[in-house]
Amino acid sequence: MSSASAEDDGDVPADTSSGPSGKSSISSVVFHKLPPSETLFLESTARIQKDSLNSFMEFQVWDFPGQIDIFDNPNFTFDMDAIFGEIGALIWVIDAQDDYLEAVARLNSTILHLHRSYPHINIEVFIHKVDGLSDDYRLDIQRDVTIRIQDELSDQGVENAPVNFHLTSIYNHSIFEAFSKVIQKLIPRLGQLEAMLTNLCRTCRFEKAYLFDVNTKIYIATDSTPEDMASYEICSDYVDVIIDFTEVYGSWPRSEQWREKLEGEPWAQPLDEQVACEWAESGMVLADARRPIMLREVDRFLALVAIMKEGSYEKMPQINMNVDVVVKGLTEFFEITKPKGVVGGAEALASPGLVQG
Amino acid sequence: MSASAAAHAQLKKVKKQKVLLMGKSGSGKSSMRSIIFSNYLARTPAACEGATIDIDLSHVKFLGNLTLNLWDCGGQEAFMENYLSQQRAHVFSNVGVLIYVFDIESRDVERDLATYVSIISALVQYSREAKIFVLIHKMDLIQPMTREEVFDHRAALVRRKTAEAVAIVHKQKPEYLPQSANAQTPSSSTPSASTDLSPNLQLFATSIWDQSLYKAWASIIHDLVPNLSVIETQLASLGLAIDADEILLFERTSFLVVSKWTSAEGERNPYGDRFERMSNILKSWKHTCSKYTGTPRNAEQFSDFEYKMGATFSMFATKFTTNTYILVCMPPGEARFNSAKLNVAAARPWFKFLDGPVVSAQAAGAVAGAGYLGEGAVGTPES
Repeated sequence: MSSASAEDDGDVPADTSSGPSGKSSISSVVFHKLPPSETLFLESTARIQKDSLNSFMEFQVWDFPGQIDIFDNPNFTFDMDAIFGEIGALIWVIDAQDDYLEAVARLNSTILHLHRSYPHINIEVFIHKVDGLSDDYRLDIQRDVTIRIQDELSDQGVENAPVNFHLTSIYNHSIFEAFSKVIQKLIPRLGQLEAMLTNLCRTCRFEKAYLFDVNTKIYIATDSTPEDMASYEICSDYVDVIIDFTEVYGSWPRSEQWREKLEGEPWAQPLDEQVACEWAESGMVLADARRPIMLREVDRFLALVAIMKEGSYEKMPQINMNVDVVVKGLTEFFEITKPKGVVGGAEALASPGLVQG
Repeated sequence: MSASAAAHAQLKKVKKQKVLLMGKSGSGKSSMRSIIFSNYLARTPAACEGATIDIDLSHVKFLGNLTLNLWDCGGQEAFMENYLSQQRAHVFSNVGVLIYVFDIESRDVERDLATYVSIISALVQYSREAKIFVLIHKMDLIQPMTREEVFDHRAALVRRKTAEAVAIVHKQKPEYLPQSANAQTPSSSTPSASTDLSPNLQLFATSIWDQSLYKAWASIIHDLVPNLSVIETQLASLGLAIDADEILLFERTSFLVVSKWTSAEGERNPYGDRFERMSNILKSWKHTCSKYTGTPRNAEQFSDFEYKMGATFSMFATKFTTNTYILVCMPPGEARFNSAKLNVAAARPWFKFLDGPVVSAQAAGAVAGAGYLGEGAVGTPES
């Protein structure tokens, strides 16, 4: 058995291979918020499924049925350029709980095909369904798969092919983390984004800051401190809490009388002017060490989430000012990088001036 | 504040409430208990290890000096027979609430119902005032399309069986039934017996995988909390004073909604299931926090929360009294938000005496002095 799936970017994605390795489950969980427990009821994918990801960048995820071999299909010839011409990354899903030798062999031939004609495509291998496997065993599998692929590639004279490996499961945050890494590689001028977040963390004494795509909970950038799964989890769950509250209390229209009463005496101001910030902002103080977590909406798709150090809660007003500046910077960043191929935009960004404190 | 003094006069001393949790072995009683009272997540396998042997007694400290005496009764047949024979008086006397759990997937419905009927007979015999909550559990295993139908069907069956059980006890020993039922139920008519008993029987469809469990338990708890009407009145006056749209009062460990108040505008909220949903959201958030900080699951995980969604709405949650958290949802506006926070803090003493050990009348009098900031202070925009 084997499998693979693919996906993503700039506009397109692709993939291939056979059998239920969990490709459709992945896209349902990540892009359609299906609870992992319900992926059992998914039917097998019979044709290429395209999902658009409406976000700060346009992404499309193409889910390829595993049964079709697109490189060697006697009945049908695929238009390779249409499929791979604009794709940014190919995600290949391997079922870690199954015999993966055939999948690895097919992956190898796929990489060889792609490397010849489309060398810019990142190959991302998800070693999937690792929940339930022991840590040691997971690493063994990863090592085994890595060696098999690299050996084969170097036998064929291919060096430095852009192949990356991720251990994933839909039952925890690892699948979101892996997707985050895949997407980040496709973002133009990611370094600039990271520098802004690092700067913010240093100035405001944040422990960790993430820029989230709210709909998918993929993070598209973080500061330069070491990766830390635990802080990603809590930030991502915080985004969930906010989304749920917003749905329950913020998604239905209030009556006219309600608005009139609130804008009347003694307030005598339109509601829009009574609020300090037109975007969502939120904070929560954890009981342990009184560490605050904050969230600030950047635009319709993105939110900045940060874990602060102990005792920062008292400095919230100053922190909010700094966050405002960074959010403005981020907005400009996306303004500039939006049309593809604008070069030199980043200089105009410089670094936003932060209030030191 | 005469209101609070009057409120205090209504306080009643509450004794322990005996709660029986019963149902067939493997129907999910203990895992449900762990999720509600010990903050396990549904997916944590530790929440449901092994079968409960005999009766697992636990005391759950709850709001307002209430202690729930939870009797988790192992459901294997041998135990069941034992409860109904040797331990009959011991188990079924002084019961406040019986929670009976049916597994919807069970293959032997007839037998389940027969056991249920014997339990009900014993209950009516020893504690005829007890409230009965029947949870039709594991509903997640039924296809979503047919869930309602399956539940309605099973619920009707359970109602009928309950009525029959009561009628039989009534026939044999008429003195066991409440006077009113006696008067209205002529000799053998079972259907009218069912209407007599219905105020004491409530049915819920539940699953540990969604908020339905919180809905059922919130109703169970709701009837047990002492001084609830006082709490509700006070919550309403607080809500009006701060212009809130909705106020929810959560019990601290289980995060069940114990009391709520909603303004006329808030009533327009299309999400009827929002209360159990809030419990569910906050409970899993607590779990995330405990995982992150490495503190015990039952420890307090957050103290303050605020969320302002532009010009749509604002909300905040904070630790309120010893055993409660309060969540306030209100219209947008910085000044309004800040004064509401201050007023909620000022209202704490109003609620404090309703929670925790019953205090003396003098202490309550002292509390009455600390009122809200005046209406004027609330109403002045800071510009």
